[in-house]
Amino acid sequence: MLRRPAELSAVAAPSPRWQSDEAARRAKHIAGRALVYGALILWAFICLFPIYWTVTTSFKTAPDVTQGHLIPWVDFRPDWKGFRSLGLSPDTIFQTSTVRTEFLARFRNSIITSFSASLLALVLGSLAAYGISRFPYKFGPLRNNDILFFFVSQLILPPVVLALPFLVLYRELALLDTTFGLVMLYTLTVLPIVIWIMRDQFNSIPIELDEAALVDGLSPWGAFFRIILPIALPGMVAAFILSLVLCWNEYFFAALLTSTDAKTLPVMVASQTGSQGINWWAMAALSTAAITPLAIAGILLERYIVAGLSTGAVK
Amino acid sequence: MDQSSALRGHRAHIVFDRASANRRTAGRALILLASLVFVAILLLQILHVSGVIAAGFGNWRPVLYAYVLWGIALGAGQVMIRGEAGSRALFVLPAALFTVAVVVFPTLFGFYIASLDWNLSSFEGPKFAGLDNLAALIRDPYYWNALGNMLFYSAMVLVEYAIAFGLALLLSAEIKARKFFRVAFLLPFMLSPVAVSWMIGKSIMEYRFGPAATLARLLGWDTPAFFASPWVARFSIEALDAWVSIPFVMVLLLAGLQAMPKEILEAAKVDGANAWQSFWRVTFPMMLPVSITAILIRLIFKLKLADIVINVTAGGPGGATDTVSSFIYREYRDRSNVGYGTTLAMVYLVMIIIVLTVLLRTANRWTRESQTIQ
Repeated sequence: MLRRPAELSAVAAPSPRWQSDEAARRAKHIAGRALVYGALILWAFICLFPIYWTVTTSFKTAPDVTQGHLIPWVDFRPDWKGFRSLGLSPDTIFQTSTVRTEFLARFRNSIITSFSASLLALVLGSLAAYGISRFPYKFGPLRNNDILFFFVSQLILPPVVLALPFLVLYRELALLDTTFGLVMLYTLTVLPIVIWIMRDQFNSIPIELDEAALVDGLSPWGAFFRIILPIALPGMVAAFILSLVLCWNEYFFAALLTSTDAKTLPVMVASQTGSQGINWWAMAALSTAAITPLAIAGILLERYIVAGLSTGAVK
Repeated sequence: MDQSSALRGHRAHIVFDRASANRRTAGRALILLASLVFVAILLLQILHVSGVIAAGFGNWRPVLYAYVLWGIALGAGQVMIRGEAGSRALFVLPAALFTVAVVVFPTLFGFYIASLDWNLSSFEGPKFAGLDNLAALIRDPYYWNALGNMLFYSAMVLVEYAIAFGLALLLSAEIKARKFFRVAFLLPFMLSPVAVSWMIGKSIMEYRFGPAATLARLLGWDTPAFFASPWVARFSIEALDAWVSIPFVMVLLLAGLQAMPKEILEAAKVDGANAWQSFWRVTFPMMLPVSITAILIRLIFKLKLADIVINVTAGGPGGATDTVSSFIYREYRDRSNVGYGTTLAMVYLVMIIIVLTVLLRTANRWTRESQTIQ
């Protein structure tokens, strides 16, 4: 009430009161900005420091670790010790190394398993999602929504529920410790996610496109492969990459169902931690090598991962 | 002219009908044949394993092949019998058969194993135990302890959600270097929880010279042992899990924020609402459906929590950090107790289904009510 006249006069001629108001607003704005950037930088630090620590520790010697040195070249001299123990340092890369052989075998297993499972899930999931999105089904009492629920509800199944039955089944099927057996399990863990993402993707493509293709004489499968699939490609890439990340990081099934041949990278990382005290540099080097592919993928493919994750969140 | 063409059409129709009738019969025969072969191989193997007949296979893998063949025959038969509709069914059939084989069947099989007294490392085979496992479960304090811990971990989902919401708001504000912050905030989600267990749990939180311990000492905590006393250990494990999973919740909420119509927030601003008011009166209610989705999905994943606990504390100290999954994992790894372990898992599954169904129902009703009010 009292401020009104002051404001009115401020329009006519800038008064000190108006200026101090403006200054206060400015100060508040700057404080707000500082708070926002402070919070952003703090959380970025929380996210990045563990990665930084792991990468630098793989270049530290024992005293550097115990004295808590942090910055290379400033308070410790980088050393290839960690990667030497993996057989991946410049001076050991051309010599034979059993650790490196094992590491590469695990790495290859991880790649084969996660790529095959993601591909299989993508094929099965895209087909099912397209069917659910386009055709009215009636399998007994089940309609489209029930079928979708049947697929997506598999997501709530905790791995432990399947782990022990699979242990017994795989023993009988001679599939224990095989990559094929692991691929089946990984496919089932990511299939609900793929179906969820792909149904959303197909729903966003107008059905008139299918109808036009059918009028032109294509079969439903022809319309799917020739017309719809190319349009749905971005969604498929997102679903594939998200599946890849989840499969690459999976530990529980791999730990229970593999022993020597089909062991994946996470199992190798886990098996190192328990033994004979901690070999800091070796563990750090191993962790670095294990997370590098995904960290790079995260930086390059962030757009797709975000797209895959956020599907279905907004309706 | 007219008549003859009509006649020709009629004849063609009859020919077509006969052909399709033949095809239909062939399709039915194919499915029947494939089913017979599958059942025959299954019976043969069952009889072989139970020792009634000598003929049979070394392992059960031929049954798996027979199932795959049966699936293919079923698909082909569908097309032959139902034509167009059959070829449409082919879209869903592979995924459905796959899911039945690897989820539905093993789960049902799991309920059977749960009724057995079966230790894989002992020489005696499985013995039927009925409900003995269930009785043992009710008396098992470690299982109830693990369930109690799950309550704590699940409740912490709300804290993760609050932090994730804050981060999503930060990222959707007018900021520079948004791309950098988005990638940095997403990175923890990409890393394998096992590697994270080592990187943070065993290294940064190491009590002698881990940077987190050093920081805690600077802040006045003289004995920063993150995994020694029950509650501290529980919170440490939760912090690790939150570090990995917050990005996921954040991405969901960020998508929700970006889909929000900007006019409403501007209208609120014009009406003189300050930032706090426009958050609680506009943003938060509009984000409610997305929030519920995010919390439910996060909860589903939280209920699977295992790898971090297995690798950092192995459930210790004294079971304080145990999750149901990590407890069952040890039950199997240490004692090879398949029957009992499966009982624990199955009871857990039933509980999860009940809790999630109730939550979904309430959430549905809640969002519907809040929408009708608006």
